[in-house]
Amino acid sequence: MIDPLLVSVYVFVLAIFVGFETITKVPPLLHTPLMSGTNAISGITLVGALISAGAGHSGLSTILGLLAVIIATINVVGGFLVTDRMLEMFKKSKKKD
Amino acid sequence: MNIIIALAYLLSSILFILSLKNLSSPKTARRGNLFAMSAMLIAIIATLLKNEIVDFTFIIIGLLTGSVIGAIMARKVRMTAMPQMVALLNGLGGGASAFVALAEYYRLTGGPGLNVVISMVISLFIGAVTLTGSLVAFGKLQGIIRPAPVVFKAQRSLNILIFTLFLVMGVFVTINPANHTGVLAILTIALVFGILFVIPIGGADMPVVISLLNSYSGVAAAATGFVLDNNILIICGALVGASGLILTRIMCKAMNRSLANIFFGEVGGSQSEETGEEDKRKVIKYTEEDAAMVLDSAQSVIIIPGYGLAVAQAQFALNELAKTLLNKGITVRYAIHPVAGRMPGHMNVLLAEANVPYDHLLDLGDINDDFQYTDVALVVGANDVINPAARVDKDNPLYGMPILNADKAKTVVICKRSLSPGFSGVDNELFYNKNTMMIFGDAKDSINKLIKSLKT
Repeated sequence: MIDPLLVSVYVFVLAIFVGFETITKVPPLLHTPLMSGTNAISGITLVGALISAGAGHSGLSTILGLLAVIIATINVVGGFLVTDRMLEMFKKSKKKD
Repeated sequence: MNIIIALAYLLSSILFILSLKNLSSPKTARRGNLFAMSAMLIAIIATLLKNEIVDFTFIIIGLLTGSVIGAIMARKVRMTAMPQMVALLNGLGGGASAFVALAEYYRLTGGPGLNVVISMVISLFIGAVTLTGSLVAFGKLQGIIRPAPVVFKAQRSLNILIFTLFLVMGVFVTINPANHTGVLAILTIALVFGILFVIPIGGADMPVVISLLNSYSGVAAAATGFVLDNNILIICGALVGASGLILTRIMCKAMNRSLANIFFGEVGGSQSEETGEEDKRKVIKYTEEDAAMVLDSAQSVIIIPGYGLAVAQAQFALNELAKTLLNKGITVRYAIHPVAGRMPGHMNVLLAEANVPYDHLLDLGDINDDFQYTDVALVVGANDVINPAARVDKDNPLYGMPILNADKAKTVVICKRSLSPGFSGVDNELFYNKNTMMIFGDAKDSINKLIKSLKT
C-alpha cells in the first residue's frame, strides 16, 4: 500500500501542472475575471469549514468552523457572482448591418 | 457512501479544470464560470452527505450569512473598485483556510500525525499572511490606508527576523503538537508578517501583490487539504496557486522587475533628489479644441488607457469619444499594457463595462508595431507605460520595462491631471516632445470637451 500522504502529494503536483497548462492559455483580456474566478475556487476551503462547523466538536472548533463557513461562503458567492457580472460585459463588436 | 462522496469530488475536480479551460476565450468564459459554480455546488452537497456532520445549525447559519453578504458585495461593487474587491475576497479565502486548520488542530488534540501538524502550521501561516496582507492591500486600494510605500530602516532585517521566529515556532509545535501557545504564537506572527509584507508596496505594484496573494490563497487551501486529507482542496488549491503564480510572473515581466525587487526595492523613493533640472524644459499646453482638430483629421487612432482612467471614472466618456471617431470613419483601437491599472486585466474590464467590444482591445505585443503607422496615440491617465526612457536610458529605474510605442505615432495626445511624474517618480520626456500635445485636467472633463469639439 502506498502511504496516503504520498498519494496526496502526487495529486498536488499533478494538479499544479494541469493548472499551469490550462491557465497559460487564458488571454490577458480575461485576467481580471480569471483572478476573481480562481479566487472563488480557492473558497473550496468551505468544504473543510463545513466539517469543522458541523461535526459537533468542542466549542472552540465549532466557532472557528462557523467563522470559516461565513467568510469562505462570502469568498465563493461573491467571487463567482462578480466574475459572472464581469464576463457578461465582454462583447464582440457587432458586424456592420 | 464514502465512495459516492469521493466520486462526487472527482466530478467536481473535472468541472473545475474544464472551467479554467473555458476561460481561455471570451466566448466560452461565462460557461466556464458556470462550470466552476456547479463544481462548487457538487463539492458542498457531497460534503454535507458525510456522516461526520451531525449538526446543521451552524452550517445553515454560516452559509446563509455568507451568501447574503457575498451577493450584496458582488452586486454593489463598481468595476473601478474591482482590484480591492478581489484583494478582500483573497483575504477571506486565506483566512478561512487558516481558521479551518486551527479548528482541526483543536479537534485533534489527541495527537495528530506529523504530516498533519506540518500541514497545519503551513496552512495557518500562509492563510493568516494572506488574510492581513490582503486587508492591507484592500485598504491601500480603497484609500483607507495611504497607498504610498511605507519603508523604514531595517525593514528587511525585521522581516527576516519574524520569518525566522515563525520557523522556530513551527519546529517547536511540530515536536510537541500539544503546544497551544506555540500555535497561537504562529498565528500572531503570521498576522503581523502579512501586514509588514504589503505595507512597503506602492500603488502601481499592486497588480503583482494581488496576483501573489491570489496564489497564496490557493496554497493555503491546498495545505488545509493536506490537514484534512481531502483531495478536492488539494486539487483546487494547486490550480489557484498555479494561476496566481503565472499572473505574478507575467506582471513582473511587464515591469522588468524581479519579485525581490518589488518587495525590497525602493522605486519611487528618490523623487525629490533632482529638482534643479526641471524648469529648463517647458511643456506646451494645448486645449481640447486643438486636440480635437488633430483627431478629426486623423485616419487611425490608438487609445492608451491607464489607472487615471479608472480614477476619473472616464470609461463611458472614452467609449463615447471612440464612437464619435468611428462615425467619422476613423479607425480606433485600444492598446492595453499588462500592468495598466491596479490588477491584471483591470483596463479590459473597465472598457468592457463601457461596452467597448473586446476585439478592439489589443495587448502590447499585438499592437506595438502599429504605432508607427498611426496618426494619433491618445493617452488617458497613463504615464510610465509609455516612457521612452525605458528603452534607452540605462540609469532609469524603468529601464528594460516593455513599453507601448506611443512616441512612434505621428501625434501623441496626452490627457493628464498634472505634470507630476508617474509612480516610478521618473520624469517622462515624451511630455516635452514636439509631436506631443498635453491636455491638463480631469480625464472625464477633457474627454467630454473633446467629444463636444468633434461634434461641432
